[in-house]
Formats: sequence, C-alpha cells, structure tokens
Amino acid sequence: MAPVLEVSHLARSYRANLSLKKYWILRDLSFSVEQGEIFGFIGPNGAGKTTTIKLIMDLVRPDAGSIRILGEPHQSVAVKRRLGFLPENPYFYDYLTAAEFLDFYGRLFGFAREVRRARSDAMLERVGLANRRDRQLRKFSKGMLQRLGLAQALLNEPEFVILDEPMSGLDPVGRREVRDIILSLKAAGRTVFFSTHILSDTELICDRVGILSKGELKAVGRVSDLLGNRVTHWEVAFSGIDPAALPGIAAVVSREGNETLAASPNEESMKALVRAILERGGSLHSVIPQRESLEDIFLREISR
Amino acid sequence: MTRIWAIASNTFREAIRDRILYLLLVFALLFMGFSQVLSLLTVGGEEKIIKDVGLASISLFGVLTSVFIGVALVSKEIERRTIYTIVSKPIHRYEFLLGKYCGLVLTLLVNTSVMTAWFYLILFLKGFADPRLLLAIALIFMELLLITAFAILFSSFSTPILSTLFSLSLYLVGHLTWSLHLLEERVRGSGGRAICRFLYFALPNLEIFNIKTEVVHQLPIPATLPLWALLYMAGYGGAVLATACIILRRRDFT
Repeated sequence: MAPVLEVSHLARSYRANLSLKKYWILRDLSFSVEQGEIFGFIGPNGAGKTTTIKLIMDLVRPDAGSIRILGEPHQSVAVKRRLGFLPENPYFYDYLTAAEFLDFYGRLFGFAREVRRARSDAMLERVGLANRRDRQLRKFSKGMLQRLGLAQALLNEPEFVILDEPMSGLDPVGRREVRDIILSLKAAGRTVFFSTHILSDTELICDRVGILSKGELKAVGRVSDLLGNRVTHWEVAFSGIDPAALPGIAAVVSREGNETLAASPNEESMKALVRAILERGGSLHSVIPQRESLEDIFLREISR
Repeated sequence: MTRIWAIASNTFREAIRDRILYLLLVFALLFMGFSQVLSLLTVGGEEKIIKDVGLASISLFGVLTSVFIGVALVSKEIERRTIYTIVSKPIHRYEFLLGKYCGLVLTLLVNTSVMTAWFYLILFLKGFADPRLLLAIALIFMELLLITAFAILFSSFSTPILSTLFSLSLYLVGHLTWSLHLLEERVRGSGGRAICRFLYFALPNLEIFNIKTEVVHQLPIPATLPLWALLYMAGYGGAVLATACIILRRRDFT
C-alpha cells in the first residue's frame, strides 16, 4: 500500500532582506507516513517542523523535492477533501461565532445545510465547546481556539490529519483530551501526523517518530526501536548500611537519613551490590533497571 | 461557484460587522444632507448643488469604502494567518480571491443602494428627482468595481498602508489620464511621445465613468457610452483580477 504521506528530498531556503545569501531551513528531507499510524514529528524550536508542514500543505513552495499525499501530488485540490489540518497557534475570523465558523468551513467543502449543522454540532461536542457555539471567537481563550481549530480540522472526517503543535497552549486536561482525540482517530483507521516538542505526549501515543534538527532528519523509526530495550544502568535503593563500604556502586544518586539511592553501571555490579547489602544486614527497598528515554535520544540526536 | 459564494458571503458578513463601513456611510449621508445648507449660500442653483454634492458623495465615499476595505482583504488574511486553514480546504487560490472580490462588490452594492435611496429621498422632498441620475450612479458603481479590483491586486502583494497609497494614487491618476493625451501633443521627442501614449493607454481611464456634469447640467450623453464603460470595466477589471490571481497563486504564505 502506498504511504499516506511521502516526502522526498525536500529542500527549502530563504534569503534575508536585501541579502543574496541563501539560508537553508530544510535540506534533503525524506520520510514517509504509513496508513493508520500516528507519526510524531519532533524537534527543537527553529528545527524546521512548521516549515515542513507548510510545504506539505502547499502554503509555501519548496526549492527542491516532491510531496505526495494519499498517492496524489500535494497541490491537488481534490486531495484536500480527504485531509484535515490544524496550523500552529491558529487564528480565525474573530467576528464569527463558533457555529458560524464551522458552518463557513463546511460550505468550503460543499456540504449541504443539514450536514453542516449536524457535523458542526458533533465537532463542538467532541472538542468540548458545545456550550460556546453562539459565542464570538474574539471572546475565546487560546485553549478554546486550539480546540476549535481541531474541530475544523476534523469537520470533513479526514483520512489523514496533520496537526502542527496541537498540544501547545493547552492545560493538562486539554492536552489529555487532544491525546484521546488523536488515539480515537487511529482507532477509526485514520492516519495522524503531528509536530510537537512535548516529548511525553509523543512517547505515549506515537507509533513512529522523526527527530528533526537544523533542517535535517536525525532519526526516524518506531518509538520502541529507537528506545530499544537496552538497560543503561540500575538504580538500587537500600537503608541501614553505609554505602561507602559497598561494592558495585558507580554513584550515589541521593542520600536522606540512612536511606540511599545508588546507581550500578551493569547487571554484575548490581548483583554484587545486592548480595553485599543483604550479607551485611541492610534493608533492600528496590532494584530498578533504567532504560533510555525518548528525551535522552532526542537530546543526543539534536546535539550531534 | 459555491466555494466562491461561501467566501463572498463571509467577506460581506465581515464588512457589515466592520465599524469603518458605518463610519463612511454616516459621513456620506451627513454630507448629502449638508448639500441643502450649501445650496442656501448660492442663488438659484439649489438643484444643481444638491445633485452635484449627492453624486460626488456617492462617488467619493464609495471609493473610500472600496479602498479601505479592499486593501486589507487579502493582506490581512495572510498577516493574521487566517488564510492557512482556508487554502488547506478544497479551494483554489483564485476562488478565494474572486470570493473576496465578490464579497466586497456585494458590500459596495448595498452601500451604494443606501446612499442612492437617501439621495433620492432628498431629491423627492425638493422635487428634483431625475431618472438620469441613476445612470450616473450606475457608472460610478462600475468605477468602484474597477477600483476594487486594483485594491485587491495591490493587497495580494503589498501591505495595507502601501496598497491604500497605490489605490488612491491610481484613482487620482485615472481621472487625469486625459492630460497625458495633451502632453503627448506638446512633447517634442518621439520617445517622450511614445511614453505618453503608452501611459495613456496602459493606465485606467476613470473619466469614462464620469457623466456627473452632463447629468447635472442636462447635457446630452452618447447612447453607447454606458455600454462602452461596461465593456471597459469588464475587460480592464478582468485583467487586473487575473493578475492578482497569478500573484496569489505564486505567493508563499510564510
């Protein structure tokens, strides 16, 4: 099956005012998003995430490369019927009410009046704005605008949804709700591509991630593959015994009263430490293997 | 077509919720009412003064509405980034631009109708009503359609302030192109004459829409003039809008 999104050798530069020098925002970017997956596009500020999304949505033109969405060229107007898009920090016509706003977007899809009404109401319900349907958008908070942005992106029940920083500006409850909406889209067989710099969200819900830094894709793959199962070190908590005289300790992480949290570099050291604690009459509280987090990988990749 | 109409009706809704429209309209209505006071200062010319001021008001406030709203139509959408979610829907960029144009034309139609109704109320009360005035107003409206096309063209690549400057300058130049014709006859060099001739044909000739003097002073108007004006407006306006569509199609929304 063809990928839902196929980005090949994409490049984009810009020139500062009155300057002939080209600055590259993206260089030779290639990746694909497969049917039914949640793809997280992560990177620090200024990495080129929003530029990539603008290129995909045909808001800006690339210097080189090609983009195909659902098997069609990305400029195709027809493919936009099957697409949902939420820009970063969305701005909408603030003189409209929430219901008028969704009705207007429904008209751009050519939906009949009854369909527009039914879908608008369903979407407002889904994003928790049903009781704000007749309020003008100028009176909406940032979080409410973000939810409404999500409602317009899902209005046409799209097969493929592109979200630029969907969690930004939301409180923990709002973020949880957006996460749940993304997961429900996947459950319904839709494909989701979203950019974020909130790594905890990515680790929780993404099937695959791409790490972008300085306009280049540093890593891409399944979250589980990137994280691996490799234990980096072990953390051993114990009490009633002085850690100074114990073997197998690389570092004491913390010490409060007579309780100690120590790090062992490998399994052998950890076993030696546990044996020594038990032999010398100490109390063993916990032994926890530590694995690399997405944050560790992210920080390592972007510093390369 | 439904998509163009969706954008047009939303643009109309935006305009009628904009205070600047009402401000200009109130000024226009006050100005027309004031014509009666002006007519008191002159002897015997009351009818001409009321008609003159009425038509001038409809023209001037129509142009101001067209320019002040028109120059922001596209640039504001890009600046506020509202265009991002619009063009990500199944709509061509030219449909967006034409929708914006039609929305403003609809606004101007309502605006001009209100001013005309008020004008005729004053004329009826004074017993000066003349159907030929409607022809003059129809030509003013055609002029507004052309100026709106220019305002949108400037708005598609420039900031609102510069677009206002360009549009108002174009309005002034458009009423002075006849002087280029005169200049051509007086310039000696053939190069200078060619430039004058080129500018005379390239710049819009807005005087073609101006029959105020003929109507107010009961002078004859060539029967084919309205048709020529309509064709001129359609041809020139179409070319200007097509240029705006090409510019918008190539434009990056950064």
